[in-house]
Amino acid sequence: MTPDTGVHSPETEIENYTLNFGPQHPAAHGVLRLVLEMDGEVIDRVDPHIGLLHRGTEKLIEYKTYLQAIPYFDRLDYVSPMNQEQAFALAVERLLGITAPPRAQYIRMLFAELTRILNHIMNIASYAMDVGAMTPFLWTFEEREKLMGFYDDVCGARMHANYIRPGGVAQDMPAGLKERIADWADKYPKMIDDLESLLTENRIFKQRTVDIGVVSAEQAIAWGFTGPNLRASGLAWDLRKSQPYDGYEQMQFDIPVGKHGDCYDRYLVRILEMRESIRIIKQCLEKMPSGPVRVNDRKVMAPPRAEMKTSMEALIHHFKLYTEGFKVPAGETYVATEAPKGEFAVYLISDGTNKPYRCRIKAPGFIHLAGMDAMLRGHMLADVPAVLGSIDIVFGEVDR
Amino acid sequence: MNQSAIPSESLRDACAHIQKAIAEDVVSAEIVRGELVATIKRSSVTRVMTFLRDDPTCQFSQLIDICGVDYPEREERFEVVYHLLSMNKNTRIRVKVPASEDTPVASVNDIFPCADWLEREVWDMYGVYFSGHPDLRRILTDYGFDGHPLRKDFPLTGYVEMRYDEDQKRVTYEPVKLAQDFRTFDFLSPWEGIQKLLPGDEKAAVPPAVPPKQGGA
Repeated sequence: MTPDTGVHSPETEIENYTLNFGPQHPAAHGVLRLVLEMDGEVIDRVDPHIGLLHRGTEKLIEYKTYLQAIPYFDRLDYVSPMNQEQAFALAVERLLGITAPPRAQYIRMLFAELTRILNHIMNIASYAMDVGAMTPFLWTFEEREKLMGFYDDVCGARMHANYIRPGGVAQDMPAGLKERIADWADKYPKMIDDLESLLTENRIFKQRTVDIGVVSAEQAIAWGFTGPNLRASGLAWDLRKSQPYDGYEQMQFDIPVGKHGDCYDRYLVRILEMRESIRIIKQCLEKMPSGPVRVNDRKVMAPPRAEMKTSMEALIHHFKLYTEGFKVPAGETYVATEAPKGEFAVYLISDGTNKPYRCRIKAPGFIHLAGMDAMLRGHMLADVPAVLGSIDIVFGEVDR
Repeated sequence: MNQSAIPSESLRDACAHIQKAIAEDVVSAEIVRGELVATIKRSSVTRVMTFLRDDPTCQFSQLIDICGVDYPEREERFEVVYHLLSMNKNTRIRVKVPASEDTPVASVNDIFPCADWLEREVWDMYGVYFSGHPDLRRILTDYGFDGHPLRKDFPLTGYVEMRYDEDQKRVTYEPVKLAQDFRTFDFLSPWEGIQKLLPGDEKAAVPPAVPPKQGGA
């Protein structure tokens, strides 16, 4: 040891230090606490602390009837409510051995795709804001408002829809909604073009996203990535194609894939997915059959209101369904759907009573967030919001 | 049911292959409702998972989910359920492993890196211990939380509630006090509507004790 002369040499050793990111941080997309171990500006290790929004949804569902469980699915990923209702409805339908009528399936697909756009514009806009672009946020929220208007028209709620039920949907679409959606779907691609003109070739946006958080195809599989994050790494895997549910096998659409698996590709995949969603929406509107939207099984779905006023039996069915609920045959099933964020699945175990014995919710965001540590190592601190925004995290579903 | 309940060719192949190739590790493997379900021995988790990932007939390359299920009446009350996906074959498999509070399950972290958080969640929610896990901390519950909330014997309301204490100027934890009793209604009524058999109907179905005589003696 040299005697301390009181003058520090320029090579004074700086120890790694720990930085707390969140839980209240505008770029944390909710309540995320990241404990970052930093070596100067470079990240050595990321330890996300989650669970600050944990509400015990899976436990609560065990204490509710199947019908009462649906609103919980709106509140998981609160940016794409209907996709999650759809997954639960499909799981219950599979155990019950029923299928929704064709018109209900088309309405479900239509709203699943509207919800996908709802989710993607929210993600792209907030992501752009995280990396420094304000305008997309303002523009896209206007579109979100229109989409939530469609939600409002069909079920009376702007966000927490409770619309897709086991055995169909709650009610038919009101008159005129089809035309309004068609009108919107014609105009929306222009909006995507405008959005792209702000971001896709934007120099600052590209500087912040290109070659940041690169995920190879092998890594994406190993880390359990699904949805747009997987496709951005070059794997054309989409459950709507490979394991179609509702009526997706009748739809014509392409699967956009990325090449590099970086933040920029994940953004591009979402942009292209919105265009594909518009295609599906148009096909849904075009081919939508007429007919009932609820299965004609009084033991699962309540009778129409008018019938209740005149038929004693209908009144009894209504009363039984909204107190006791329906019983689901004992068994278990795993139903996976392509939610906007990735594979959203419900693993449902029934013991033959009116309440689920176990309802496991497989949320894509949880797995994606677990990949944060590996994605961020060696990156700079300023890349944290870029990577976090690009994997599309919503804490409602991560924490459940 | 649009997701076809009819098992695909590759799913049946995988099922037959699993029954044959790792017969000593597998308790049962069958296709239920078009889904391949295998129950395996706890001691062979690592071997089976490696096999399922690498075997050319299986190719379950992606771990999708790990979750726990609690069956308090069983001797080994927990079941750890793994969901695997094969993108090449377009098939899924559900692997079940029985476990109890005292019997650790081998971690599959080395085989599937994404198992890290999923196993932490099962530990947090059920208290199933995963041996060989590098960092088995709680994940979803509060710092310093006690108990495993998804167990069937854990009350829905929990044991403690927290609030900000104005006097102590900090958040305090207190035992849960409910303003009204926790309400659970038993809606499972025994009433099943009119039974098909009315009292007395059973007599009609029973054949007469003595067969009538055939013709004259």
